[in-house]
Order: sequence, then structure tokens, then C-alpha cells
Amino acid sequence: MTNYLEFEKPLAEIEGKAEELRALARSNKEMDVEKEASQLDKKAETLLKDLYKGLSAWQKCQVARHPDRPHCKDYIEQLFTEYTPLAGDRNFADDHAIMGGLARFNDRPVIVIGQEKGHDTKTRIERNFGMARPEGYRKTIRLMDLADRFGLPVVSLVDTPGAYPGKGAEERGQSEAIARTTEKSLALKVPVVSVIIGEGGSGGAVAFATANRVAMLEHSIYSVISPEGCASILWKDAEKMREAADALRLTAQDLLKLGVIDRIIGEPTGGAQRDGKAAVEAVGKAIEAMLKELARKKPEALVRDRRQKFLDMGTKGLAA
Amino acid sequence: MNWITNYVRPTINSLFSRREVPENLWTKCPECGTMLFHRELSDNLNVCTNCDHHMHLTPRERFKHLFDGGVFTEVKVPQPVADPLQFRDQKRYPDRLKAAQKETGEKEAMLVVEGEIGRTPVVAAGQDFSFMAGSMGLYVGNAVVAAAERAVQLKRPLIMFSAAGGARMQEGILSLMQMPRTTVAVQMLKEAGLPYIVVLTHPTTGGVTASYAMLGDIHIAEPNALICFAGPRVIEQTIREKLPEGFQRAEYLLDHGMLDRVTHRKAIRDELMTVLRMLLGEPPAVKGDLPAPEPAAEPAAETPTPATEPEAAAETAETKTPEPPKADASEPVEPKK
Repeated sequence: MTNYLEFEKPLAEIEGKAEELRALARSNKEMDVEKEASQLDKKAETLLKDLYKGLSAWQKCQVARHPDRPHCKDYIEQLFTEYTPLAGDRNFADDHAIMGGLARFNDRPVIVIGQEKGHDTKTRIERNFGMARPEGYRKTIRLMDLADRFGLPVVSLVDTPGAYPGKGAEERGQSEAIARTTEKSLALKVPVVSVIIGEGGSGGAVAFATANRVAMLEHSIYSVISPEGCASILWKDAEKMREAADALRLTAQDLLKLGVIDRIIGEPTGGAQRDGKAAVEAVGKAIEAMLKELARKKPEALVRDRRQKFLDMGTKGLAA
Repeated sequence: MNWITNYVRPTINSLFSRREVPENLWTKCPECGTMLFHRELSDNLNVCTNCDHHMHLTPRERFKHLFDGGVFTEVKVPQPVADPLQFRDQKRYPDRLKAAQKETGEKEAMLVVEGEIGRTPVVAAGQDFSFMAGSMGLYVGNAVVAAAERAVQLKRPLIMFSAAGGARMQEGILSLMQMPRTTVAVQMLKEAGLPYIVVLTHPTTGGVTASYAMLGDIHIAEPNALICFAGPRVIEQTIREKLPEGFQRAEYLLDHGMLDRVTHRKAIRDELMTVLRMLLGEPPAVKGDLPAPEPAAEPAAETPTPATEPEAAAETAETKTPEPPKADASEPVEPKK
């Protein structure tokens, strides 16, 4: 069962028709619908390609948040071996929105960290929809520290609507926890690579993406505020999220032009949600390439380059 | 509408020249409702004389009271790319910027200066909430970096007065990138072994709190200042319950271990001096209102030091000579009387 997005309705109709025809043929052996059905299939395929060629910013937001997209857990399972989750911030709790621990990437030990959104109601609640609380950031700091002490590269997978706007989170110093995570990331003497695999939401995302190399999946987004939030503040109307999404320049394509990210990872036709395995594989290749770029750098150079990268942020505007 | 409103009143008004009378002679305290006379209010650093409510204070006004003799020199902040995203909501971003500039008379939402507090040379940065809610975009990022670089160059502590509604949405992702960027600035100070003191004023929220405002060696907040990442309204909408009284206010944060001190605005100057001089290993400060530092008190001050030579600048800082205005790095500013 495919979860169709709003803008995929025409596609859903065609695919539905083809499916109907085939169902009909199954119950009535004499009917030969294959020719017609495969024609519909072809039509659907072209339509899918066309739809995804020219996605608007708001459509990309929907794709980035698609429930069937591979999540952090899928990436860890498919790309890493000997994943050993490490829990807790040694202070208050373990944050289930943040997955992280020791693992091997192509046999090489690394620290992998990421936000996990969950895939059904139960796991979504357990994972708090991928929204970290202060203990999640403090766990991240702890894992980064571990990476630093033992010379392990850090790989982070970003997929979060943002930091959790809750009472306890504020009481326990959400802001400080985010600030310290960024600070720690900037001080690491090991390679740090980051991939935005879905939603890169605000301060919750940037704390995980202060890396030497930042890549984004083709249809993922990265923004200072959700288009809905921006619309309700600047347009005084949350329904203006399409306009806000355009204005915010939150697509991977715009962010590459702005120099905020270093590379875009292509997704399978119709988005990562249609072929999770291929998407995960593509991300794996990108991580490998990015780690390779950084492999020869000396610890001091890694710190210096990372800082310079962020100091230079915003020195060029959108050349469009 | 009658003859009196249409004709008599304007005539009478024109007889008494209104230009000499400031627009708002009286300000109503938003907390207790007391009407406060403007001069009395400004002498009291915009703190209500009745209920001690701390009202907004522009950085320029604050610095006038903070520095010896009210004298400070502006540190030049590099102008960033204008409107990098060509952002447009209901208004064009450049128009919003221009309106804010006209309204405040300031260039942007942060003012960086250098001067002396109780004969202690410092660099200070003040965020201006009246300028587009003090929001952090490229300019504010540049200002924080410029402040840190200047402090490192002169080997002086940096005092940051924060006030912001959060990130400058009109600069989108680039405003978000100012979080790591300003964090690099804080790291420069720490690596140079210089004190970095944050004074959090009402309100300090969002990405600003989650970067340079929460990374100080010492955190001092003004009473009742709202300090948070997510604002109370957002949280109420999310958890659908009423928040406790005083939630996310300075005293609440003090109780929860996020601040070192909550200090009355009028006591902040002395407190900064005390703390800084101890951190710097200097003898106790001479408190009270000091006159402006003598610009030509020592011969070293007569030879202008090029700002590009950190060593020379450091030397003058060590001998505690007031810095001569540097043409290439800063422009002298006379406090507005």
C-alpha cells in the first residue's frame, strides 16, 4: 500500500486503475488486461518522473516528511555493522529520539548518531517524533567526546522537525544543550560528516550538522523554521506555507548554491520512499566519499577547516 | 467633527511650537501601570521607579551609562550581502530593513563597541530588540564575530548583552548558520583565555539562546527577563496545558541552574567590574561614576596603533592606555546627550 501525497493524486488514479484491471483479471481468467495495464504502468512511470523533476519547495517538504521514507534506523541497519547503541546522558535520562553508538562503516569503527522519527504510532511516540530533548543533545556530546578521545570519525544522520518544545525540555536547558552540542562539534579533532536524510529542522538539526562535510538527499529540506511556522509569523496565516517554503530556500538545490551544503545525493525516481534500499545505498556511497576526502587531514586541520567553513557561511548570496 | 476640532485646535497647537516637546513625555509601565516621566525613567535606566520592572533599553543608551564618562568607540562590523535570499513575504525584506533603520536610527540589530568600565578596558556588544526584534541574521553574526576578533586583538574581555526574538527568518538557513558561526567566535575568546560574560536581557529566545547567549563563562540576567529556546506560546500549544507562573523567566532559570546570577540593571555595571577584574587578576575596581578616560594621558596613546597589528594593540591594552580611535577599524562615537 503506497501512501500517496496530495500532489501525487493523478498518479494514484492511474496506478489505481492498473491495479483494478489486474484484480479484475485475477478473478476472471479469460480477460487479458496485461497490455492495457502495462500501458497504464508506463504512463504512471512517466508521470512520476515528471512530477519529481519539478517539485516545488512545499512539495519537497511533504516528500521529506513522508512516513515511508527510510529513517535513521534503516540507515544504521543497512549501512553499519556491529552497531552497538550507547545510551544516556549520565545526567538525567536516555533520549529515544536520538540513536547513537559505536558501529563499523565499511569495517572502520565510527560513532554514528542520528534522530529517529519512528515508523508507526507506537514507535513515533517512543521516539518523540524525532524531536530531541536536552538529554538527547547531552548524549550526543558524550558520544562525540568518545569519538574525539579514540579518534573515531563521527557520522550523523539528520531527520527532525526540530527541538522539542516542552516544559521539561526548557527547564533542563534546551538552549544550553544545543549550544554545547554545536560547540563540541566545532572542537572535534576527528572527521565529522553529516547527511540530512529528511527534515533538517532548525536548531535541533544544526547542532547535528556542524560537520566538515554536509550532504543532503535530493528531496530533503533544511530550514531555520518550518514553512508553517514561518507563514503564521510573517504572513499571519499558517495556510501560506507554500509561499513561505519558496521564500525560505530550504531545498537541497538552493542550499548547495548558498554554500550551506557540500553535495546532493540523488534519490530514486519518485523519492526515497519508493525505493528505500536504493536511497540508503546512495547515502552510504556519499558517506564513504566524504570520509575519504577527510581521511588524510590532520586533527588540527579538521578543526580549522570546520570552523572556517562556518565562519564563511553566508558570504555569498543566492546567485539566481 | 466641528469648528473647534477642525480649526481652533490646530491653530492653538501651532501657536505652541510642538517641536520642542518630545513626543512621549510619559511612559506607562507595562507591569504596574504607573506613568513615568521620560527623564526620570531614563535616569533610572528604563527601570520602573515604582515596581522595578525592567523595560527595553537600547544598546546605545545602555552603553552611555555603562562606560566611564559615557564614552565608547564603535567597532566596525563588516556589512554582509544584502538580502541574500531575495526574501519576500507580505513586504520585501529590504523594505522591512529600511523601515527598522528609520525607526531606530541604527544600522542593524547589534552594536559593538570598546571602552572602559571602571578603568577596565572591555569590548561590549549589545543586541537591539527594537530593531526587528533583535533577530540574528548575517549582520548580527558578523557583529558577534567582529566583537570576538576585536576582543582577542586587544586582549580584552567581551561582554555580550543579548536580546532577541530568535533568528532572522528573512535570511532563512543563513540565519540558522549563524548559530555555529557565532559559536566559533565564542571559541576564539575561550582559546585566547579571555573572559566572556553574557548579560541576558528581556527577551532572549530561540537560536540566540541556543548559541552565543548560553556559552558564557558567566551568565547574568536582568530580573524577570524571558529566556528560552521555544517560547511559552509554542509550548502551551504543544503540550496543551497552562505553564507555571514565572516559567522561563530569569529567576526560574536561576532556580534550574541555567544562570549564575539575576542582577538589577543598576547593579550590573559594578558587578561586571568586580567579576571581570577578579577573572583578569586585577586589583579591585574603583567604583562609582568615573570620568571619561583621558585620551592623551600617556605618550603611547599619541601614536595611533594600526588595528592590523595585534601585538602592538595588545601592548597598549596591557598598559591600560585608552585606545586611540582607529580610523580603519572603528569610528569614534560621541554619546548622545
